[in-house]
Amino acid sequence: MKAERPEAIPLAGGTDLMVELNFGRLRPAALMDLTRVTELTLHRQENGHVFLGAGVTYAAIVNELAGFTPLVQASRSVGSPQIRHRGTVGGNLGTASPAGDALPVLAAYDADVVLRSQARGERSLPWQAFLTGPKKTAIAPDELIIGARWSRVSGPGSFSKIGTRNAMVIAVAGLCLVIDEDHRRVKVALGSVGPTIIRATQAEEQIASAMSNSGAWQDRSITIPDPVIEQFAELVASAARPLDDVRGTAAYRRHGCRVLARRALRWTLEERRLPTWL
Amino acid sequence: MVVRTRVNGEWREADVWPGASLLTFLRDSLGLYGSKNACEQGECGSCSVWLDGALVCGCLVLAAQAHEREVRTIEGLTDAGRLNPIQEAFVEAGAVQCGFCTPGFVVAVADLLEKEASPSPATVREALSGNICRCTGYAKILDAVNLAATRMRGGT
Repeated sequence: MKAERPEAIPLAGGTDLMVELNFGRLRPAALMDLTRVTELTLHRQENGHVFLGAGVTYAAIVNELAGFTPLVQASRSVGSPQIRHRGTVGGNLGTASPAGDALPVLAAYDADVVLRSQARGERSLPWQAFLTGPKKTAIAPDELIIGARWSRVSGPGSFSKIGTRNAMVIAVAGLCLVIDEDHRRVKVALGSVGPTIIRATQAEEQIASAMSNSGAWQDRSITIPDPVIEQFAELVASAARPLDDVRGTAAYRRHGCRVLARRALRWTLEERRLPTWL
Repeated sequence: MVVRTRVNGEWREADVWPGASLLTFLRDSLGLYGSKNACEQGECGSCSVWLDGALVCGCLVLAAQAHEREVRTIEGLTDAGRLNPIQEAFVEAGAVQCGFCTPGFVVAVADLLEKEASPSPATVREALSGNICRCTGYAKILDAVNLAATRMRGGT
């Protein structure tokens, strides 16, 4: 159907698109309702891989994917109960706002975005190849987003964000940190502080090598000294490329990244000492 | 386009503009004015309704998305003109001032109490986080939820 009407705009939960329609900012030639495509609402795990259908709502993630802590934390922080019943991960990907709460989590998981067209079948793009800029993606006009796929990560993780209240917040800064015990890596992704999602690769390398040097990967009881955590937070903050806008200044956002990074690292290091995620 | 939806147990249909929201369909086509139209961007919750049993903002659902589906509105909570216990509690607790947000709040409270008969204060706040009231300061709304929950559990 999308191949026949490439100008049709796909509509899932409507939490972005309906606002544009209601305010008369968008008058699409056609809309395509995806909420009736049952395949998109499914998620599955097989051979160490996770597939999350584009139509899975944030409420469904909170109820059905409890093991994926950062993803659940991000989903719980989305909007309100009304919004979480409608908003979908595919919508976050399709809208490609740097403030999409699920996006730093998918980036920290190193997820691929799965696309499908009638003419060329299915293709997967790494998240950074799919998200090409603010509200810009690599999707072709005849393609639909099918979902996201990633290799299951063994280790603790967290998502946190800064906003003016505890609900209905478009993040001023958001951060997902995932510790990958198998590959001895720490992965940090930032949202709302750049044109798209940013991975803080220097900070990732700094903390992973500090943990190697101190033997903390093997021995979880070894504590990471505060100056190392401070340096990590500084490197995360320096990875941000924030702008001044109505929600916050660039300086505040960079400071926010520093605070989120420090806290997220402390939480996850504490959690790996008490491995409830196993 | 013609949209046909089961609203409060009754099949209703109307010819709507294809870009119309479920809220517009309910209010302008079906004359159900209980669900209020305020922010039109999912911020305020005054258009809260149930779509296939899930609490949603009517303004963020395309009317066509509700075609052949089940919708319940604030009008569906009253029985033969008698107030629902939640509505009574709102009146008694003084949780209604201008009243514009009230239908959305009552629907959100009904959704909560159908799932959880004795919600904690934190759960109540979370459940109502998508509804905005600019008059009451919320304290009396929270009182009303407690009063309604107590009565609906059969207490005094």
